[in-house]
Amino acid sequence: MVNPTQKKHIVGAHYGLADWLAQRLTAAVMIAYTLFAFGILLWHGGLDHAAWKALFANQFFRVATFLFMLALIYHAWVGMRNITMDYVKPLAVRLPLQGAIIAALVAYAGWTIGILWGHP
Amino acid sequence: MAATERPPARPRPVYLDLFAIRKPIPAIVSILHRASGALLFLVGIPALLWSVQASLASPESYAAFAGFVGHPVVKLAAILLAWAYLHHLLAGFRHLTQDLHVGLDLGPARRSAGLVFAAALVLTLVVAVRVW
Repeated sequence: MVNPTQKKHIVGAHYGLADWLAQRLTAAVMIAYTLFAFGILLWHGGLDHAAWKALFANQFFRVATFLFMLALIYHAWVGMRNITMDYVKPLAVRLPLQGAIIAALVAYAGWTIGILWGHP
Repeated sequence: MAATERPPARPRPVYLDLFAIRKPIPAIVSILHRASGALLFLVGIPALLWSVQASLASPESYAAFAGFVGHPVVKLAAILLAWAYLHHLLAGFRHLTQDLHVGLDLGPARRSAGLVFAAALVLTLVVAVRVW
């Protein structure tokens, strides 16, 4: 008899559909934001410091930017995890590496909040 | 009889040597999709956050930032990151269309891969001209 818990993989994508879908939803969010931000840039035709600061003082733009960054961070996690699963086979290397990637991404989220809402 | 008329066997690779295999254009677009994604994670995200922070903080830091990105090496790095973003975005958009079962056959898939590859380079060229 094989104990079912022994068959459990402690790493893996948990076999994919949710991540596949998340990768596409986050991509759609980022494409929309990219077109939106590029449109703003074209509309203004370049931004001096005052206009740049005014843009980031706008609460809607802040929230949209934060949404973009959250989508980017989750998207980067799925992609980087796939890369480590493909190329880094020893678990003793892969798990700490994935931990470092998560730590960096969480730090980027905190940094983003600091930029967007840190200096009102 | 037919078996004896076969041409002599040519040497074949006995293992998957990625550098010896001729890669079709979808394979090249695919590996560049991954490489550009890794570059955007490793360099792109911190560079983006640092740039926004530095340019936003004060008129002085905005001017200092503008001076920094005026350096030719920084411009080249920015153009490389622009290519990574554009290639990754367009290759990802190609995946989204394929998820809708558009362009899955070999011919259209090759053509769309070539289109992604070329469009990313052309748009990067536009960015490069604008930056320089």
